[in-house]
Amino acid sequence: MRLSPRQYLRRRIREYIFRRIRRVPGPVTVRRQRIYIVPTRFGYVFGLMLFVMLLGAMNYSNSMAFALTFLLAGLGLVCMHHTHRNLVHLSVRAGRHAPVFAGHDAQFQLVLDNPAAAHRYALVASPVDDEQNPLHFDVPAHGSALARLLLPAPRRGLLPAPPFRLYTEYPLGLFHAWTWIELDMQCVVYPAPADSRLQPPPAPGGDSGIPDRIGGKEDFIGLRNYQRGDASRLIHWKTLPRTGQLMVKQFADPVQRELWLDWDSLAGMDTEARLSQLCRWVLDAHRAGKSYGLALPGTRLPPASSEQHRHACLEALALFQGGTVAT
Amino acid sequence: MSATPNLIAHRLAAHLSPDPSPPGEAALPNWTLLRLLACLAVVILPHFQRLPVWASVLVTAVLVWRGLAALRRWPLPPAWLRSILAFAAFAGLFLSYGRINSSEAGAGLLVVMVALKLTEMNRLRDCAIVLMLAYFILVTHFLASQEIGTTAYVFASAWLVTALLLEASHPQGPLPPRATLREGATLLLQAVPLMLLMFVLFPRIPGPLWGVPADTHSARMGLSGSMEPGTISQLSRSDEIAFRVVFLDPVPPPNQRYWRGPVLWNYDGRAWGAGHETPAATALPAPQSLGGGVRQEIMLEPHDQNWLLALDLPAQGPPQSIQGSGYQLLSSRPLRERQLYQVLSYPRYRLQPELPEPTRQRALQLPRYGNARLRALAQEWRARSRSDRDVVNAALRMFNQEAFVYTLQPPLLSRTSAMDDFLFNTRRGFCEHYASAFTLLMRAAGIPARVVTGYLGGELNAAGGHFTVRQSDAHAWSEVWLPGEGWVRVDPTAAVAPQRVESGLAAALPDSEAALVRRGSDIYWVYQLESYWEWTNAIWNRSILAYGPELQQQFLERFGIRDWYRMTLVLTALVVGFLALLGAVLLWQARPRGIDDPALREWARVGRALARRNLPRLPHEGPRDYAERVARARPDLAADMDRISGLYIGLRYAGVDDRAALRQLRDYARRFKP
Repeated sequence: MRLSPRQYLRRRIREYIFRRIRRVPGPVTVRRQRIYIVPTRFGYVFGLMLFVMLLGAMNYSNSMAFALTFLLAGLGLVCMHHTHRNLVHLSVRAGRHAPVFAGHDAQFQLVLDNPAAAHRYALVASPVDDEQNPLHFDVPAHGSALARLLLPAPRRGLLPAPPFRLYTEYPLGLFHAWTWIELDMQCVVYPAPADSRLQPPPAPGGDSGIPDRIGGKEDFIGLRNYQRGDASRLIHWKTLPRTGQLMVKQFADPVQRELWLDWDSLAGMDTEARLSQLCRWVLDAHRAGKSYGLALPGTRLPPASSEQHRHACLEALALFQGGTVAT
Repeated sequence: MSATPNLIAHRLAAHLSPDPSPPGEAALPNWTLLRLLACLAVVILPHFQRLPVWASVLVTAVLVWRGLAALRRWPLPPAWLRSILAFAAFAGLFLSYGRINSSEAGAGLLVVMVALKLTEMNRLRDCAIVLMLAYFILVTHFLASQEIGTTAYVFASAWLVTALLLEASHPQGPLPPRATLREGATLLLQAVPLMLLMFVLFPRIPGPLWGVPADTHSARMGLSGSMEPGTISQLSRSDEIAFRVVFLDPVPPPNQRYWRGPVLWNYDGRAWGAGHETPAATALPAPQSLGGGVRQEIMLEPHDQNWLLALDLPAQGPPQSIQGSGYQLLSSRPLRERQLYQVLSYPRYRLQPELPEPTRQRALQLPRYGNARLRALAQEWRARSRSDRDVVNAALRMFNQEAFVYTLQPPLLSRTSAMDDFLFNTRRGFCEHYASAFTLLMRAAGIPARVVTGYLGGELNAAGGHFTVRQSDAHAWSEVWLPGEGWVRVDPTAAVAPQRVESGLAAALPDSEAALVRRGSDIYWVYQLESYWEWTNAIWNRSILAYGPELQQQFLERFGIRDWYRMTLVLTALVVGFLALLGAVLLWQARPRGIDDPALREWARVGRALARRNLPRLPHEGPRDYAERVARARPDLAADMDRISGLYIGLRYAGVDDRAALRQLRDYARRFKP
């Protein structure tokens, strides 16, 4: 790999800095010693403008041109301190972080507390190496603000939050003051739900002996594609103009609601595909308001139908460590 | 159904990323844009008096159009159209100014290009760039004027620009104008001490670095170094200040307040000129004083010429000055900045009692033709007189006794024999007519004579105690060389209008014309205000605008700072010291601070006491919930908690502003021992 000296230097500096940041549960208070500050590109241009102004003032021996140039130079220097002040003594802690499905953006909530009687304007939090989605926020005096870091979560499991940069260029955009913070927080990433119409098998441990639990008469549970032989009274005409596809209403009987979603019923697929499929079933079952249980090697979650249960099931899928043991 | 989880995730993602645009890419809110346009209008306004008319119209049109485009959502012009516009504007400016490298054309180009930049601006980042250019436009105003008014205007505009720059650095949306103006004022006021330090201590380099474009001083008024009917009467209508004088010795009487400027030797039949001055070749004998000397400190406004004005007759000028062949003071370089200098003058003097032959020839030179009647008259006086002095008196007698009129509006004179026409036909004129005619008469009579131009008079400023000499005080008189006496000042205008010498121009003119030159109000307090204003301006010019390399050195030497090395050292130390102080103050402001509320303090005391009994207040718990929970856990404290929380809620949330309630709360809280 070829690295330009600048990139190399940048990487070394970053490594040095990251060795110094400690991963802490928070809250972290931004200390004076940990604030770095450099002029922005706009700041450099401003400096260049001041230099040209100074040359002009000298050339024309123009006292007031000197005065304005010096006032603006003073403004730049004062601005540096204000930019620094905008960051110092802020306190950062981890907020809630909702789980996401693999393939989407994980989000980490940061709560910024301003313990001072001075407003903090235009702060930005941004994960390392991702300048795409900076979030600007103000923190009122004695108040708090919520920042959300978005980070792609391609794989299921636990996604630790990366170190992130908290920076500001307020008040005049001439200086960039930043600090690195690494909060010990992680986000649960559920498996991506499979995109299949595979039906869950009848539960082996269920008390219902009816092989095909779908086909009951009592409760509407959803739509499925029309298959040859379906009764015409079951066709859901309303979706036809929208999708151009014939859909058939499905019903189930209450007695059949208890449902086991079983790892073993998906033998022959690889681990991730199985987990995706189980995830899909969990979502479908939850949506249908059914009571369902999840059986994984080493884990059995008894049937239930609450929101917490859904999360517990999906989390079990997300954190599943077992191999492809098919019994 | 398969789409459902994806949909949820999408909604989630949409909800979680409220601000998808990168930092500088934030769109420019209309409100910010309109404020920017208003601010630019303020910044550019003073340039409108100097820009070509079409450019002013173009700039105004672009500003108005951009505002409307934002409000009505019109599209911005495509790149090719913008390029054509920019090129056309450049060409137009080149044609209007004839060049592009002068300071005025440069400022014009800057203003027009900033206006054109608006046609492509729709991001917050562009806003910052435009504002930076606005700072630059502001500094160009000072090339035209550094008056107090201009300075105040420019600095107030800089405040507006800074406030907008604050807004441009806040991508979440416009801040309230009052907040940005207050914050901008804070920043600028904190920068003022740094400005003062740098202004005083930053080493000043003398002179132009790359040469001053010739047009910079084109509009200067003042004596021109030649005189032909009309030049001085032009000046007479100008209120502009030529110079200010502080007398360091007793003030000479009004009829001695002649200020010597260019001395004119050469007459070409129409105009008087100074001729070629060769200061090195003329080893002039020093003037001889017939009385005390008068020292003056003069603050001369720049006039882009070489002469330094001084009380007649300057005997000892400032070190950098040289003496012209007519004893006038000259500077080696044209005066492009205000000049402060001291001169020693002899109001009564004897000058060159021995006249060298080349000088005599020069002072007798006459055109070969023209003005025949004038020559004849001079010959006639010559023949009748016993001495040169008699000829002088004959001429003065004629001006005084015959029907000569002093007026600022003389009729036109014939082209070939202007002085004949003036002496024998029109007889209406101004100082230049009388000085010119008199000098010619003397030369025609064989008496060496020359024209001296300069100023006469000056107005005492009651507030500052200095004299202000304006362009309207410009004057011309004669000097004749008399045997045994040397050069003698003769003011033929005094023979016609003695008031001109004693009381100034307005007094000498007929009432119908006096209004043209009158200055100063007749109302006493207005007049006083005017003199205070003039005094303020004098101080402004004397100590601030003239603060250049020389004044800096003089001033800093008082503190023992003699060279650039020390200046830089002291400057750096003071700037760093101030910044350290400011940094400490700002850190102090940002320090974590409890809310300073006595009721809250007492409530926190109660919370701490309960925390020791394992009943800490939970973060989410309001005072009422907390009191209830405590009461359930410790029924013995229920009454106390009820009273305390009731008082606390009243003071903090119900807006009860009651000293008694607070005292009671404090009482309960301190006695509360769970």
